[in-house]
Amino acid sequence: MRYVLRRLGFFVLTLWAALTFNFLLPRLMPGNPALAMLGKFHGNLTPQSLNALEILFGVNTHKSLPVQYVDYLHQIVTGNFGTSLDFYPASVTSVISSAIWWTLGLVGVTTVLAFILGTGLGIVAAWRRGGRLDSLLPPVFVVASAVPYFWVGMVLVLVFGIDLHWLPYVDGFYVATDTPGLNPQFIGDVLAHAILPALSLLITTIGTWILTMRNTMITTLAEDYVRMARAKGLPGWRVMLDYAARNAILPNLTGFAMSLGFVVSGAILIEYVFNYPGVGFMLLQAVQGEDYPLMQALFLLITVAVLVAILIADLATALLDPRTREAR
Amino acid sequence: MALQATVEARRLPTNQALNRIGRAVRSNRKATAGTVLLGIFILVALFPGVIAHDSPTLDVYQPHLGLSSAHLLGTTAYGQDMWAQLVWGTRNVMIIAFTVGLAATAIAVLVGIAAAYLGGLWDGSLSVITDVLLVIPLFPLLIVIAGYAHGGSTLVLIVVITATSWSYTARQLRAQALTLRSRDFLEAARVRGERKIYIIVVEVIPTMTSLIVASFLTNALYAVLFASSLQFIGLGDPNTVSWGTMLYWAQNNAALQTGAAMWALAPGACIAALGAAFALLNYAFDEIGNPALRPVRRRSLKQRSVQQGENRA
Amino acid sequence: MLEVSGLSVDYVLPRADVRAVDNVSFTLDRGEFLGIVGESGCGKSTLLFAIAQLLAPPARIAAGSVTFKGTNLVGMTDGQLSAVRWRDMSVVMQSAMNALNPVKSIGAQYRDVMRAHGKTSRDEIGTRSAEVLRMVGIDQAHLRSFPHQLSGGMRQRAMIAMALLFTPDLVIMDEPTSALDVVAQRSLMVQIKELQRTLGFAIIFVTHDMSLVSHFSDRLMVMYAGQVAEFGATRRVFDEPLHPYTKGLLEAFPSIRGPRVPLKGIPGSPPDLSVIPTGCRFHLRCPVAYEPCNQVAPELADQEGTLVRCLRYTQDHSEERSVAL
Repeated sequence: MRYVLRRLGFFVLTLWAALTFNFLLPRLMPGNPALAMLGKFHGNLTPQSLNALEILFGVNTHKSLPVQYVDYLHQIVTGNFGTSLDFYPASVTSVISSAIWWTLGLVGVTTVLAFILGTGLGIVAAWRRGGRLDSLLPPVFVVASAVPYFWVGMVLVLVFGIDLHWLPYVDGFYVATDTPGLNPQFIGDVLAHAILPALSLLITTIGTWILTMRNTMITTLAEDYVRMARAKGLPGWRVMLDYAARNAILPNLTGFAMSLGFVVSGAILIEYVFNYPGVGFMLLQAVQGEDYPLMQALFLLITVAVLVAILIADLATALLDPRTREAR
Repeated sequence: MALQATVEARRLPTNQALNRIGRAVRSNRKATAGTVLLGIFILVALFPGVIAHDSPTLDVYQPHLGLSSAHLLGTTAYGQDMWAQLVWGTRNVMIIAFTVGLAATAIAVLVGIAAAYLGGLWDGSLSVITDVLLVIPLFPLLIVIAGYAHGGSTLVLIVVITATSWSYTARQLRAQALTLRSRDFLEAARVRGERKIYIIVVEVIPTMTSLIVASFLTNALYAVLFASSLQFIGLGDPNTVSWGTMLYWAQNNAALQTGAAMWALAPGACIAALGAAFALLNYAFDEIGNPALRPVRRRSLKQRSVQQGENRA
Repeated sequence: MLEVSGLSVDYVLPRADVRAVDNVSFTLDRGEFLGIVGESGCGKSTLLFAIAQLLAPPARIAAGSVTFKGTNLVGMTDGQLSAVRWRDMSVVMQSAMNALNPVKSIGAQYRDVMRAHGKTSRDEIGTRSAEVLRMVGIDQAHLRSFPHQLSGGMRQRAMIAMALLFTPDLVIMDEPTSALDVVAQRSLMVQIKELQRTLGFAIIFVTHDMSLVSHFSDRLMVMYAGQVAEFGATRRVFDEPLHPYTKGLLEAFPSIRGPRVPLKGIPGSPPDLSVIPTGCRFHLRCPVAYEPCNQVAPELADQEGTLVRCLRYTQDHSEERSVAL
């Protein structure tokens, strides 16, 4: 119980830190960037948008910093992120909600898949120590983890998209002539467009999980309780899964959460390479278009998503490891 | 037995630790491959003029030339020699890698070991700061910072990446420092009356040499990846000659689609190769530190005794 | 029931193989209690794992056989061994904290092994689990507990109870009392001996504490540097030790009731097994070593029922024996 409370506390703390970062950054930059952005619009902004900008970025305001901070927090908590400048006059929230499903679909599914596959392969590789899988995997994935995410995407685009013309790569997520909706044409196109980005993401992220699982598994296999399980005459697969893997995965769950930061980076870059209209692509567009309200909100969204995932992983650890349930 | 305990807790003077590392590097295949690869890149960064005869920024050539003896990798859409760009770009990348690597590792060592040894409130606050920075997704943060700064020169990249990426290795160093705290030879130093600073610098840090080197490699690797990624999306200075900026220009000119694939493939391959060098060395250090992870000869596996039959026959 | 013949175990290391157990042979009858004692690193635990076929790379059986109830266990696969495992031969390890799966309850771990050997009815499993716990004096409510929730002594007893689930004929114990305090040690030993009396299983008990095991074992084997140094009836070995090493061990333990004598340790430390000294392995620390000891490696000699590996007892050196001992 105390463990859970601690993790919740940490979640809240980090959330607060991210919000504060967000608050301080534009105000710390020399020459508030928001001011420059305002100039672009020659005062064609509604009073609400102007007000939101004031609160979020501290432009045109004479309030003291602490007061600004309170206003800012209030703004965020009520979910008002202002108006997007690139997509004027749409509100930031509505703009984001159009993109978020694409990212959830692509990144969410691929990450889960990569984790399951990666962990599974890691377990098997460690179990068959010295076998072909074990000698092959580490060097391959050590190298693979150093390859920049976008490069894998580009190579895949080149090979499958351009040279072989097998898969579409550039039109985003569906062909413009399709009508969005639950018709087979649309769904088919969406899936076809998702294959290459998903593959890139899978290839680049699976390596870490295979390697860390394998390494913890190897250490776990040397434990006495694994030897004891063998002594009891338990079938091999049960020893591997129930005794070894169940213990080996515990430290990895937290590691999984840590690596989410990198999955996010990979997702952003891959969306960029494939023009996939997800949250990452939108962030980069916002940066290039100096749409600061949108950029800010996306940053918070991504951070919160990662924090929530980490919290879930922590709770899962508490569930799986009875030792954490005792008073620490 | 008391005798064995003393043997285990023997402290490692720096020269002995480095010696061990040297021997291990030579005997481990991954380490040798990594060192050779890294060495090549360092040489290229130091002497680019020797390898590429053209200036990387001169744009007098015919654009979109293919591979030829005059232009080893062809020319870009702006009429620049690609090979020259690749070679001269190495310098920028290596500078970033080593500067960030050293600086981030220095911060990590400071924070990690201080947290472990000062304990109490210091440990609490330093750990919290480390953990928070660890958990906030770095790439989006870098994007936002660079975005506000309207992109930056190499210096800005170095500063920003260093300031945000030290937390992972700091955590690892702290963990190891904590386990060392209870070792006998440190107790001996404390009992001798040595000051804490002395203990940390003279006794602890040399014993952690292997992890500190591994931290440097990790930080350098991520510096290369982060920096190139930022340059790729246009947040570095597009006018510097670097692999990441080459990729940026390549992407902007639809290099893949217009048949100028080499413009994108070559710098990407270099990033991958340099990254692989760091990663291989890092992995090799893992194996050196933890013998259980070393490659196992198939023969000794699952062998109750093949020899058995032979002996009885 | 158990016959170990010429068993040798090697550790396959990059530079050279190291022989951790050298040519050990003995037989064990039903219900017998065999104690194996020696310093850390003498090979006793390795021997135990070799007998139970639990060695893990880089250790492997280099020579010899382990014949249990007529079948040679050496060379059998895990699948073949599972028929014997736990039903006829079970293992108790040193630290229950390390030997029990930390994420499974005690009951679940009992269930595992019973299911693996054919018992699948929940009633059967439940009854038997409660029964063995009662045998060691633990309340059956603890079937739901996790290892870290039990005290050290309880954990150890739970592990012993687990070993008795199928009332095997042989229980191999690797220093099961070392992790406990003296009082818990004694009570555990008494309990083990009592269980042996009622259930009739044989025990091979490895420990470094000679005085502890000597009250309970029928025969005692003293190991040194991977070899058998002395082997015979416990009372004999304890009261009239033949090997200088055994003598040294005994003298290192003060007697609570006897006269106060200065404590004598054995100088030096056990040899590094990758660099074995020539001749007798003990000669560098032996108080009565003489000329041939550093050249001739002694074989086991039968001295009125006790086997001893010392040149002073070998045929041709019987004259020297009466001197200086």
